[in-house]
Amino acid sequence: MSDQQQTASQSSNFAEYAVVACLFAGLGGALWYGMSISRPQKAEEPVKVAAPAADTRAMVVAAKPGEFTPPGVSDYPEGPMGEWVRRGEAIFTRTPTNAVGFSGNPLSCTNCHLDAGRLKGAAPMWGAYPMYPAYRKKTDHVDTFAERVRGCFMYSMNGKAPDDGHDVLVALESYAYWMAQKAPTGEKLPGAGFQKAGQPETTPTYEAGAKVYEAKCALCHAADGKGQFVGDVAVFPPLWGKDSYNWGAGMHDIDKAANFIKNNMPYGNATLSDQEAWDVATFINSQERGQDPRFNGNLQATAEKHHGKYSMYGKEVNGKLLKGL
Amino acid sequence: MNRLNTKTLPRSWVAVGISMLMATSAWAQEPAAAKAALNGNSAAGARIAQSGSAGGAAACASCHGAKGEGQAGFPALAGQHAGYLERQLNQLAAGARQSVVMAPMAKAMSAQERADVAAYYASLPLPIKSVRGALPGKSDDGGAWLVERGRWADGIPACAQCHGPGGVGVGNDFPAIGHLTADYMQGQIDAWNKGQREAGPLGLMGAVARKLTAEDIKAVAAYYQRLHAPAASAAATKP
Repeated sequence: MSDQQQTASQSSNFAEYAVVACLFAGLGGALWYGMSISRPQKAEEPVKVAAPAADTRAMVVAAKPGEFTPPGVSDYPEGPMGEWVRRGEAIFTRTPTNAVGFSGNPLSCTNCHLDAGRLKGAAPMWGAYPMYPAYRKKTDHVDTFAERVRGCFMYSMNGKAPDDGHDVLVALESYAYWMAQKAPTGEKLPGAGFQKAGQPETTPTYEAGAKVYEAKCALCHAADGKGQFVGDVAVFPPLWGKDSYNWGAGMHDIDKAANFIKNNMPYGNATLSDQEAWDVATFINSQERGQDPRFNGNLQATAEKHHGKYSMYGKEVNGKLLKGL
Repeated sequence: MNRLNTKTLPRSWVAVGISMLMATSAWAQEPAAAKAALNGNSAAGARIAQSGSAGGAAACASCHGAKGEGQAGFPALAGQHAGYLERQLNQLAAGARQSVVMAPMAKAMSAQERADVAAYYASLPLPIKSVRGALPGKSDDGGAWLVERGRWADGIPACAQCHGPGGVGVGNDFPAIGHLTADYMQGQIDAWNKGQREAGPLGLMGAVARKLTAEDIKAVAAYYQRLHAPAASAAATKP
């Protein structure tokens, strides 16, 4: 879920404003999941084939006229620019192999930013790129796109951020720029960010989530959340533990994970209900994972400063304090 | 894209052809067909594979090859995961996967014998290696794109996203596919689309099958073939 972090963090740009606004709007104490209020956007994709009945959601709705569509998968430019676009694509889709030294887990960007960062509703790069530079609460700084991607490496990939101007960042930026060409700058396009899940009917619980996980997630991600590998390749990415996204990643927030799961899991056949998505997001994000790189030596102070109501960091679950591995 | 690839039924595949003729639309979805719950004995499985079962199942080797390498319309079995093979045999026996040829064989074996045979074939080497193909580019055909990247515009994940690099399969539930013939693949796609084969865990493959065309299947099989035979067509699979 390397991409989760990225996507999550990108979307967090937008989401954070909304979230913060909601928080202070004081709309009554609001159930902890109340923030999922955002209406689900339809993830839309150009349809080439009639949509099969089971193929609901995100990918099957025809693009509306005038909506932004990125260039075709193989319409990358020739010459040096094309080479850098392709380099970025390679890093994006096979991150551990192509970002050695910066990738800190087996996740790849495309694990969360599906279809190599092209899929509407799964935080596509063409939706993110034109939204930077942007002030982000997470960094309390106006971040460039490259700086935003650095965050992905630190949190979602649980690794090390390439220095500003590093080839890895230039390549990823080239890839995103190529996809975003002709997109309006500073405008949140339909399909940008993560498509939202609906609200759960009842307060999500760890126990209910555990059942959902066993029934619908363990098949691929394994009962212990360690994913499934063929050699070094994480075919199904680990969801918790040291080899997954860490406590600083956007995906560790239950609302963001619920959004992702609801609309994208399992691949090509997203079938979980809103309730199931929230429950299982609660379960997954109540597991221990790599320490938040912003940990300042004091768990509660770190939690208070950097973690919101959808984070289980610093909280106790089943008698176990989640304090970072 | 036609979703029901009915025009592409492999003529040579007698087994599937017959089963389709006889298929009825009614098929009971077997509730959670038993997963590899039994411990298969591969030595016992080897005997059945070579000589048939006491209950009358023919020797597997007579159709699937002496070493499970497969032939004509009969798929290769060697190196396939035991859990997957056992589940298929159980579903063939129960009718959740329909095949006029295989159903009687599966029924003629006890649950233990099915597990034994599965264990035996799983113990043989898979004829393909885990090879990650190059990222597809402008000059690559739909097979390369489907295997390595999928066609998400149609809601199709990459083959490799579930079946692993080179289509070698992942764990119990995601079988090796990188060595299968286009005819066999197409037969299974047709079976899913006609409700003659259980859609697989979480209905995953049944959902994908509806979106794949006959052209896709040919391209995927051809791509895998190139990928696993680099000497034969080094040009086709870039480094």
